[in-house]
Amino acid sequence: MLSQLLFLVILGTASFFFVKRIGVIRRNILSGIDWDGSDRKLERWKTMARVALGQSKMTARPVAGIMHIIIYAGFVIINIEMLEIVIDGLFGTHRIFAFLGGFYNVLIASFEWLAAGVILACVVFFIRRNGMAIVRLTSKDLQGWPSLDANIILVAEVVLMFAFLSMNATDAIAQARGLPHYTAAGSFPVSSLLAPLYAGLSDAGIVGLERGMWWAHIVGVLSFLVYVPYSKHFHIILAFPNTYFSNLDAPAAMDNMEAVTKEVQLMMDPSADPFAAAPADAAPPKFGAKDAPDLTWKQLMEAYTCTECGRCTSECPANQTGKLLSPRKIMMSTRDRIEEIGVSREANGGEWKPDGKSLLGDWITEEELWACTSCQACVQACPINISPMGIILDMRRSLIMEDSKSPESITSMFNNIENNGAPWAFPAGDRGKWTNEV
Amino acid sequence: MAELTAAGQTPDVLFWVGCAGSFDDRAKRITKAIARILNASETSFAVLGQEESCTGDPAKRAGNEFLYQMQAAQNIATLNGYGIKRIITGCPHCFNVLKNEYPELGGNYEVLHHTQFIRELIENGKLRMADGAPFKGKRITFHDPCYLGRGNGEYLAPREVIQKLDAELLEMRRCKQNAMCCGAGGAQMFKEAEKGDTEVNHERTNEALENKPEVIATGCPFCNTMITDGVKNANKESEVEVKDIAELIAEAADLLDTPAP
Repeated sequence: MLSQLLFLVILGTASFFFVKRIGVIRRNILSGIDWDGSDRKLERWKTMARVALGQSKMTARPVAGIMHIIIYAGFVIINIEMLEIVIDGLFGTHRIFAFLGGFYNVLIASFEWLAAGVILACVVFFIRRNGMAIVRLTSKDLQGWPSLDANIILVAEVVLMFAFLSMNATDAIAQARGLPHYTAAGSFPVSSLLAPLYAGLSDAGIVGLERGMWWAHIVGVLSFLVYVPYSKHFHIILAFPNTYFSNLDAPAAMDNMEAVTKEVQLMMDPSADPFAAAPADAAPPKFGAKDAPDLTWKQLMEAYTCTECGRCTSECPANQTGKLLSPRKIMMSTRDRIEEIGVSREANGGEWKPDGKSLLGDWITEEELWACTSCQACVQACPINISPMGIILDMRRSLIMEDSKSPESITSMFNNIENNGAPWAFPAGDRGKWTNEV
Repeated sequence: MAELTAAGQTPDVLFWVGCAGSFDDRAKRITKAIARILNASETSFAVLGQEESCTGDPAKRAGNEFLYQMQAAQNIATLNGYGIKRIITGCPHCFNVLKNEYPELGGNYEVLHHTQFIRELIENGKLRMADGAPFKGKRITFHDPCYLGRGNGEYLAPREVIQKLDAELLEMRRCKQNAMCCGAGGAQMFKEAEKGDTEVNHERTNEALENKPEVIATGCPFCNTMITDGVKNANKESEVEVKDIAELIAEAADLLDTPAP
């Protein structure tokens, strides 16, 4: 009874902090500007099924892709076991699903194989991250917390899986010895390898260890639940909505800004009344993104979804040739900034007091923005359809249309288009000249 | 176009030449090759000449949405005024803007990249390669333009057209959706590159040169400029030619004597 109460308290506490944090992230994401993703629902579901559920873009890098799919499958499928653990914990039962008989044995056996696979994959990932000079996993974007975050999760997963397998191993021993409450159930192809480790223990020792591992596993999982939304590992949840709201248009297509269309129509329409343009109390439209809340909520969700895998950066032609731009850093900076704004808003009772800083300038420099070739390689590389390029181009819009800041040669290009209808200084009248040269 | 309209005629297609194709000396040769192909296939076409203006792509990618939309409004008025339905262009950047970004602003056309149109001409039997084409057995590698390939999913048309040359088509290490950029897009063409270890076009050209090609084929005037510069940088101008697919076809189909429009 006491242990049931303790379990309820731990479960309740973990759920409370998880839900609270989700609320904060949700509010931070929704502080972005409007974006309409309510169209093409069927296509959106299909994209989510293919890219998030089906992991279709992961295997572009086979080693990381296959290892990731093992961990992903392990995570999803072993969660069925979590359901049993929660029910057992709340009602004081033991292996409540054991009545499923042969099917239960198959389930437990498959969990064990997956657990072994997860341990293997985490070890490989740990070695790749810390022991091999893989540029995207060791670059300066990841110095400090991001790198520690990744390692914490890998170690935690190995510990969790070890606890799970040890729990099964001691349970199997208890079953074999005919100890009370340990009805024969389950099939233990992997944990039986651990059995010799524990075979020498007394009956009380076996029961104590089995309970200990059970608690270690569930407390570990619940701690993970609280940790995840503070970590890059939040992608395990956000990957689904993020791919649902994927860009479904051609990757090269860029949106037409509605506010600008209205202004241009007014300018081109001789019968328009310039003084009737806008109601006096309307806020002047802001062009492009200078700070994180100027981005759309979809873009802010992308920032929270980013797993910092760095495939974007490793495919970026600017980054490959030593330029300052790293698309991954664009996403990480966006998340850091919207987090900071969220914390400051919290401290001011929900009110946002401008702090004199902005994403463009204090986190992301003009040099980074001007290095982009808009080639969409980052968009193609992202396993969950994030577009760092979208943020880069929206920030250029702010640089040009709000601050009129551009490299001199870009200013000349604008002037040429305005005056001659071409980016170079050739007279428009010469446009057809080539027809005479043939 | 104005002359045809005055004569009461409507061409089947409008050839959107683009700024590079109109003003850049190297790109003008591509324009002329496309024109020869159109003539040889007896395609009824017209160009806007002085009435064509920049689509606004470089302005938009550099952040100047106002300038882009001004250009768009002007071009759409011109195109709609002539009742244009079908457009072909030799520039993937113009192709992308005309195809994907003008419709929302009121410009709805069927837009084809020149390699798509050339493929159609060959399939319809309107364009035939001469026997013993000059590219038979030659090693040709094709550089995917970002705005045609990854950006608009067209990987096949340029390859199918090259295959009509009986040449040996060699794929680069990174091709199709994984192709590396030439370094010109996003208005980079009109500015100095940011500080780095090397240039994007040198990197990409060296990758193309790994295939030991005799010809590097392109489908974009800006890629052509960047790769040509990369070949010079690698001191390979005497061994490797950089040519647009339109030029390859114009030479192979023996169209050199066909008069210009």
